[in-house]
Amino acid sequence: MKGIRKVREGIAGRLDRWLFRTRTRENAPIVLGQRRIFVLPTGAGLGFAGALLIMLVASINYNLSLGYGLVFLLTGVAVVSIVHAFRNLLNLSITPGRAEPIFAGETARFGFLVHNPRNADRPALRLRSYEAYTPFALQAYETADVTLHSRSSRRGWLQPGRLVLETRYPLGLIRAWSILTPDVRCLVFPAPESNPPPLPEGRSGSTGRHDRRSGDEDFAGLRAHQSADSPRHVAWKVVARGGPLLTKTFSGAEGGTLELTWDATSAELDTEARIARLTAWVIAAGNRDQPFSLRLPGAQIGADRGTPHVHDCLKQLALFGHDDRDH
Amino acid sequence: MTIATTDQHGALHKASVWLLATAAVTLAPHGMHLPSWLLIVCALLLIWRALALRRPLIAMPRSLPYRVAIILIALTAAAGVRYHFGHFFGKEPGVALLTLLLCLKQFETSSGRDIRVAVLLSFFLQLGLFLYNQTLPIALLAFGGTFLATITLLTLVVPTASTQRTLRTAAVLVLQALPFLLVLFLLFPRIPGPLWGLPADAHSGVSGLSDTMGPGSISALGLSDAVAFRAQFPGTPPPPGQRYWRGPVLSLFDGRAWRPATPAVAEHPSYTPSGPSFAYTLTLEPHNRRWLLGLEFPGGGVPRARYTSDYQILAERPVRARTRIELRAYPETAVGLYEDRDILNGARALPAQSNPRARELARTLTDPGMSDALIVARVIEHVRQLELTYTLRPPLMGSDAIDEFLFDHQRGFCEHFASAFVFLIRAAGVPARVVTGYQGGEINPVDGTLVVRQSDAHAWAEVWLPDEGWRRVDPTALAAPLRIESGLSAALPRGEPLPLMMRPAMAWLRELRHRWDALSNAWNQAVIGFDGERQRQFIERLGLSDPDWKTLAALLGGSIGVLMLVLYGWAFIQRRTEDPLDLAWVAFCTKLAHAGLVRLPWEGPMHYADRAADAHPASAAQVREIALRYARLRYGSKHDPAREDVRQLAQRIRKLNVK
Repeated sequence: MKGIRKVREGIAGRLDRWLFRTRTRENAPIVLGQRRIFVLPTGAGLGFAGALLIMLVASINYNLSLGYGLVFLLTGVAVVSIVHAFRNLLNLSITPGRAEPIFAGETARFGFLVHNPRNADRPALRLRSYEAYTPFALQAYETADVTLHSRSSRRGWLQPGRLVLETRYPLGLIRAWSILTPDVRCLVFPAPESNPPPLPEGRSGSTGRHDRRSGDEDFAGLRAHQSADSPRHVAWKVVARGGPLLTKTFSGAEGGTLELTWDATSAELDTEARIARLTAWVIAAGNRDQPFSLRLPGAQIGADRGTPHVHDCLKQLALFGHDDRDH
Repeated sequence: MTIATTDQHGALHKASVWLLATAAVTLAPHGMHLPSWLLIVCALLLIWRALALRRPLIAMPRSLPYRVAIILIALTAAAGVRYHFGHFFGKEPGVALLTLLLCLKQFETSSGRDIRVAVLLSFFLQLGLFLYNQTLPIALLAFGGTFLATITLLTLVVPTASTQRTLRTAAVLVLQALPFLLVLFLLFPRIPGPLWGLPADAHSGVSGLSDTMGPGSISALGLSDAVAFRAQFPGTPPPPGQRYWRGPVLSLFDGRAWRPATPAVAEHPSYTPSGPSFAYTLTLEPHNRRWLLGLEFPGGGVPRARYTSDYQILAERPVRARTRIELRAYPETAVGLYEDRDILNGARALPAQSNPRARELARTLTDPGMSDALIVARVIEHVRQLELTYTLRPPLMGSDAIDEFLFDHQRGFCEHFASAFVFLIRAAGVPARVVTGYQGGEINPVDGTLVVRQSDAHAWAEVWLPDEGWRRVDPTALAAPLRIESGLSAALPRGEPLPLMMRPAMAWLRELRHRWDALSNAWNQAVIGFDGERQRQFIERLGLSDPDWKTLAALLGGSIGVLMLVLYGWAFIQRRTEDPLDLAWVAFCTKLAHAGLVRLPWEGPMHYADRAADAHPASAAQVREIALRYARLRYGSKHDPAREDVRQLAQRIRKLNVK
């Protein structure tokens, strides 16, 4: 399904570029000039046109002068509504805002500042992507922050893709639209492993300060064994009594510097699972406010702590294995 | 999600209210022709809907009994239509069913699509109304209906706008559509219909003369104010005594009713028009018959017209739309000098037995060897002496109607006079026949048009004399000479019911009617009567001689193109910011931009000036000063900066020369 959608988007994107002269990555602000606004009748508009045609034939057949008049008045209204729809989009400017990073599986929120430079309001606007749309309206000279939601599934850069700013104003008979490819992307961190093994112990640096609540290496409980758990933490006594394979957990060592390395994760896991585990560890370490370093094949981030550091590490994980073309 | 649904219901509710108004305005004029039971059903449905709409739409009952009730009403009313008209196909049951459908559709507005369908239905019904009535008030109502329909559609798209705002937008849409209406109306090629056979009842409900005349058939028209036709004379109209508009000529008599013989039809008149003539334009209301009711006697050369051997002028096809023809009348033409022997024999024939007293009278009035002219003079004189009474309310007459009229009641309308007179003349052996048509007409003082109404319908006689041909004798004039000179109301005795408008007490109303008539006439001529021929004339008046379809298409395309361009230009109009301070600042930024320093979107005036000062040290002081002044004026404590300060700043910016 995903593959089909991707192909469809690819074809649509190529078609758009050819048909609607869309460019990849437009610079902000995107101003909707007349060359990039398109109009076509909606389904309701086609129905309206069909009804007018029937009425015209009836007027000819019965020789109804007022019938002609009614048909021509309605034709006029429909034609005028084309220009009104066009005018409702004309000269709007769109500036993409910042999209806060999210974890894979969460919903990304792309913000766009849409500015109306005209001394008249712009009703019934709609910003649409492939999967979602946000209706909004603008007062005279208003700048509105329009948020478009997008569900993420994979780590890396998420782009909203081809966006459509459209309106069916004023009568719903005509749809005017413009296709936008704003230079906006949202960083999607990898989804953390839901039940990660404890943080690997630090092998460098001093013992550091101790946690106020629990002592270093304090036994905190048992949980079901996972294949990646270190053999050193298996509760062998329980196994010796004929019990299940359990892993001892400890309230972590607060202090010291953690080294989160690719190799610390079990080699049995595939790349994504290893990244998920490292992500979970980075989050855990960040929550503890413990200094840590991250080493991935081909990338290394020195030991540090604090939100920016965590963010850097998560970004590194998010983009691991992706080529830099997206940067 | 809940909010969206509530919003949607709010939009549907608003649109439903406007839709109801649209339906009410569209359906109200249909009341004139719909069966009364259907009218009541529709009115009740609309009132029920209006009451239901006082509550929010989301609370509308959607229960099973409700749906069953709607379906039952629909089925019952449809069966009623079938029963009332006897069939489903045709103009009248079609319009009745559409009416019903529009009323019931009011109850099914659960989506925007439902409402759009209902709006289209109301357009069809407006068109249906034009089958019955194309007068100015109906046109205005249809315009109002279109406006309301526009509002309905607009409300669906912009439900949050205020009513005032919605009305304004709809008004802008409709007003901008008017030029398109005008151009399309004038230039869209008019194809003469019909494209296919019309339903049998397409032209029902038109009144006018019929081609048989029995006792009471013309007096039935006497109370009708409806316009039969109008005539516009560029010069002086003929005097009332010569205003005889010739319709069917009836020469077959069966003892009770008169019928036309079958006259020969030719391309040219069988007489030679002579004497003074009157040119005029006749605008005939549709009456579904071929006769054109020309003033006696029409000259030749009228396009697409036929002339009968009894001097009528006919159209090629029954007149089913208002028709304009240019005619010329020669009232003093002698006709029938060399009349066919069969026709003359036919004009002497009488049924064997009827009306013995009238036959007896004819015998006593004639002596052997008298000339035909003398016989006619004697009969005329005798009828005059009978002092018959002219009335719109003749008594019912039995099988020997002419006897009863002449000897018993002595009261009758023009058909009795004409019928009795022709009978007497025939009984005396002289050829004679009845001519029906219209006599007289009233000049509208507002626009000078001669208006002839159904109440001007008339019957008179023609006798044939060897040296004269057919001579017109109007027996009604013998009893009521005022009928010819002054019209019906003057000729009828006091106390007779008159058409409302003809009553003397209604003088002011008549004045009003004159004005209204003139307006209607102008409307009919300019709008309703605008057809292919008038369109050709219009384009020729624009200076394009002999326009063909290519000219028309080019003209139409060009005009629409120009209108679109104007409208397109309107879309670009933006009121520029008028604040002189803003303008001055923009000028400043533009100047610096030319010098390679584009202001970044987030840069305030002071930062921008700092950057500019660094880049162009020579102008640093000036730039800083300008930015400072601008910041003071723009963001200073005073709400409205002094005009003089702004002017000085603008001047300073003009003089600035960035190096």
